[in-house]
Amino acid sequence: MVPLWFYLVVSAALFAIGAYGALARRNAIAIVMSVELMLNAANINLVAFWRYLNPFEINGQIFAAFVFIVAAAEAAVGLALIIAIYRSRQTVIVEDVNMLKW
Amino acid sequence: MEITWQTIAFAAFAVMTLGGGLMVVISRNLWHSALFLMLSFFGTSGLFVLLVAPFLAAVQVLVYIGAIAILVLFAIMLTRRMMGLEETQNTQWPAAAAVAVILFIILVITVSPLVDEKAVTDIFGDKVANFNANLPVDPDAKDSGVVANQDLNIVTVEAIGEALVTRDGFVLPFELASILLTAALIGAIVVAREDEA
Amino acid sequence: MDVNWLDANYLPWLIPVPPLISFMLIILFTGRNKVLSHSIGVGSVVLSFLMAFGVFLKATGTDDFGPNAYGDSIKWMDVGLSEFRMGVLVDPLTAVMLFMVPIAILMIFVYSVGYMGAYPDDDPHKIRYSRFFAYLSLFAGGMLTLVVADNLLLMFMGWEIMGLCSYLLIGFLFEKKSAQQAAVKAFMTTRVADVLMLVGIGYLYAEAGTLSFRDILYNAEVLERLGNSDLTGYLGLSAASIIGLLLVIGTIGKSAQFPLHAWLPDAMEGPTPVSAMIHAAAMVSAGVYAVIRMFPLLEAGGNPHHAEYTAPLILMGVIGSITALGAAILGVGQNDIKRVLAYSTISQLGFMVAALGIGAYVAAAFHLITHAFFKALLFMSSGAVIHAMEHGEHAAEHGHDEHHAHHDEHAHDAHAHGHSSYTWADLNAKIEHGIEAGHLQPGERTPYGADYVGPNGELPDDAEWKTSIPQGLKPDFVAKPNNIALMGGLINKIPVTAYAMLAGSASLVGFPLITAGFWSKDEIIADAMTFITNSGQFEGHSPWLHMLVFFSLVIAATFTAFYTTRMWLLTFWGKPRSAMAEHATLMNHVDEEELAQAQTPLKRFWLQYSNSALMQGPLVVLAFFAIFAGFVGIHGDFPVLEWFTGSHNFFHEFVGPSLLHEPATIPFKIWPVLVSVLAFSIGAGFAYLVYGVPRDSYEKDPVQNMVGDPVWQALKDRFGFDTLYLATFYRGFEWFGRVFSYRKVDKETIDGILETVAVVFNNIGEAIKRFNHVIIDGVGDGIPQLIGLSGRWFRNLQSGRVQQYLLFTAVMLLAIGLFFVLRVL
Repeated sequence: MVPLWFYLVVSAALFAIGAYGALARRNAIAIVMSVELMLNAANINLVAFWRYLNPFEINGQIFAAFVFIVAAAEAAVGLALIIAIYRSRQTVIVEDVNMLKW
Repeated sequence: MEITWQTIAFAAFAVMTLGGGLMVVISRNLWHSALFLMLSFFGTSGLFVLLVAPFLAAVQVLVYIGAIAILVLFAIMLTRRMMGLEETQNTQWPAAAAVAVILFIILVITVSPLVDEKAVTDIFGDKVANFNANLPVDPDAKDSGVVANQDLNIVTVEAIGEALVTRDGFVLPFELASILLTAALIGAIVVAREDEA
Repeated sequence: MDVNWLDANYLPWLIPVPPLISFMLIILFTGRNKVLSHSIGVGSVVLSFLMAFGVFLKATGTDDFGPNAYGDSIKWMDVGLSEFRMGVLVDPLTAVMLFMVPIAILMIFVYSVGYMGAYPDDDPHKIRYSRFFAYLSLFAGGMLTLVVADNLLLMFMGWEIMGLCSYLLIGFLFEKKSAQQAAVKAFMTTRVADVLMLVGIGYLYAEAGTLSFRDILYNAEVLERLGNSDLTGYLGLSAASIIGLLLVIGTIGKSAQFPLHAWLPDAMEGPTPVSAMIHAAAMVSAGVYAVIRMFPLLEAGGNPHHAEYTAPLILMGVIGSITALGAAILGVGQNDIKRVLAYSTISQLGFMVAALGIGAYVAAAFHLITHAFFKALLFMSSGAVIHAMEHGEHAAEHGHDEHHAHHDEHAHDAHAHGHSSYTWADLNAKIEHGIEAGHLQPGERTPYGADYVGPNGELPDDAEWKTSIPQGLKPDFVAKPNNIALMGGLINKIPVTAYAMLAGSASLVGFPLITAGFWSKDEIIADAMTFITNSGQFEGHSPWLHMLVFFSLVIAATFTAFYTTRMWLLTFWGKPRSAMAEHATLMNHVDEEELAQAQTPLKRFWLQYSNSALMQGPLVVLAFFAIFAGFVGIHGDFPVLEWFTGSHNFFHEFVGPSLLHEPATIPFKIWPVLVSVLAFSIGAGFAYLVYGVPRDSYEKDPVQNMVGDPVWQALKDRFGFDTLYLATFYRGFEWFGRVFSYRKVDKETIDGILETVAVVFNNIGEAIKRFNHVIIDGVGDGIPQLIGLSGRWFRNLQSGRVQQYLLFTAVMLLAIGLFFVLRVL
């Protein structure tokens, strides 16, 4: 039997990896991917807690399903934005899109 | 801890998830990143199966691998000129790495009390005192004292569907989520389409 | 699922829905079609009105409605082991709001069709016509949500929707720099208060475990616990007091109470229907409604009727008194017709807040209702007046006869349709002219605001044009069509508006016996006075707050009577004092040909008078309520009238049971009535003596002669609050960066208060400088350099690179996380 904390550690590691990617990758698409990793980490956490602490209720699964929805929406809009930026500025490097300052 | 097929499966899926995730963020080729992303998603899906959430596992495959990862691949193809970057990491990557490591450490410290199963009981109460015994783990493991709980059936798609449309269930969030998705889709189309002018 | 949506229990859910749907429809689909857009807007409000009226009828038809209030809620989300429910609640207070709000909103919508439609096609009012109705619909939806909400969080959502809408609508004419600034000002000021209010809501949730009104406010046990400073709270204050203080601060921002009142007069930058919306039906009423709603919590642990004041009550009493009196005094010195009304709004809201401070719950609610009616009426009347003046200005420029005959087929020329003093075409010509003459650099941000004129109504010379027009808000500037000094005699030009406004003004000043305002204001004063004279019941406590409220409100009422009478007389009485007033009219610009083609008399009438009818029709409806809405709240034992009321105060008996402990009816006394009448008579009589005599011009106001120029200027400058806030909050950060160069900033400002501030800071700066020069020369230079350096360094934080921002955020979050982790370890 795998204890709960195994899942939590995996989830934490995945979240940290995602955070690193979101902070360090230059390509906006890679950043979107990293964010997806973080959302996945959160989902593992949710489902694990649900399974171990409150398996008689359905809430945990529903919550995870809503995370899917948010992730899908985020990916669609995020990638659309990236393509729009690419079209207008010929780049997907986030550092090059730095007009919002001072 | 005894090694069961569950432990092995868990290790395999965890390695898939984490290894895939790591390769996503460090791979130089964006195309490879996307493929590793799929691998990581698949690993997560496996973890869901281990957690007895087959519906979520299926949705994970359908939505993440089937839709999001494919979407990412399309986005990469549409911006193909940007694939051959010299530098894939920006200048702040050491700081980012430090943040990630510290974050991980903090999270691990936070969950560390759960390593002791008694502490779990202290924290979350008697309700989950025998949570191991309650789980339908291994149908053949009856002799080891771990019994599948017949009341604890796998949550069916039917149950989830019902919960989503019950007034005191989740009908409002469900409808809101539909609106959110529609808005996101329309928004994505509007943002991404070429200007008419 | 068995839901009968027409059941009265579910009907409240639907009330806010039509305007919200209308907002989406207009924004998403029908924006191009003006007629369709306003039809959707008005239609949605009619629907809401019908439903709300149904709910109101059911509520009034239920016996003993207070304890039997009904509502419905659904689970919103799970919070830990409990759940958070969202729902609607109809209790007596909601019911009367559901009577007032939809009527006022509906009238505003109808009026808007006429008001916005009367602008020429190239005016921004008309260009963004559909958008206006969309925002207005959202505003209405937000207000109705707030009214039917059964918990603080849903109420706060409506509250914030309105905050957003007020920003959008005040800044509706965003080409004007002043409108931009006014919008930001209103938004930021209310935001300060909203944040604190949100903190209060959070604290309440933490303490009570629920935000439902019924669970908290109708539950003696919870109130008892929250109000007991031994059990809850900090620093000797009970939790109820702390929460109450925070909620009251929210109201101070939303209802423009001192010291956060400064945004409201500038909110007049929006189109006039917006002013009516903000000042009557929605925004500011919402603030007072919130404190009335939360009243049981505010008084928990005390009893104002025995002069045991709790901290929130004291705050309300003091702030309300200051605001009521201060704003009433300021109202005297305003020449902008809308600004007079703005100050009267602030002042009247002060009345309500002060009334609540002394526990006059029913009186505050009553005044809220009557005030909404007559203030909406007054604002919409002022809009009609301004429109008439703008028409008049155009007519005066082109000759009166030409006004009707003139029609330009090439309708693009703004002059052909124009009736604002400077149309967009005019403005563009001016800008081009300015560029040619070298006053303006091409590409420089152009100050729309050309409809502003000098303090005495003169138009700036072209040479001075750039410097004389305020680039943004300026406290003492008065737009020409708004300037009551230039009006006069309008009663002959727009009689319907004049009489409607007379009804509204009479109600505002509390004309005895026959106006709504009299009865509601009288009830507040009676509440304050009765408890002073009855000091026996205070059991040794000093009723100082009652006294403060009483005296400030009576003086404020006197001033109110004065400035309102002044405004009405200057606008409508005497003879026209300018060419604009001479030619003022609300008729449409119609070309003769089209008129001749019109077949039926009805069609001819509509062509000529459609806007006039759409604007003035709602005025008549509201005038009815401004007069008669007061009769529901007459004291049961009022002499003679008790024959009609049957010794019942209907309003009191209906609304009072909203509270768990129904407030006692105060015994009838003749003195408060006499005091009210006296305050009205002195104020109005004096105003009539001063302004009742027709004059040719008001270049120098008679009051100015009486009080002297400095006082008058101080009134026009609004006691310098705007300048002070600009100097402290806005410039504060700027100042910090350059301690030694602020003198330059100072010199550009003539305002006395800033100068005082500046002198103080100057001395501090000089002292620091001398200290540095004498003692440590190097450090002396080092400090400013360090500040400059740090400024430049901090500027690098704003690199525009999102990942860097994210990194900072992450580091901060980690620091917080580490703090908690280390504490546990």
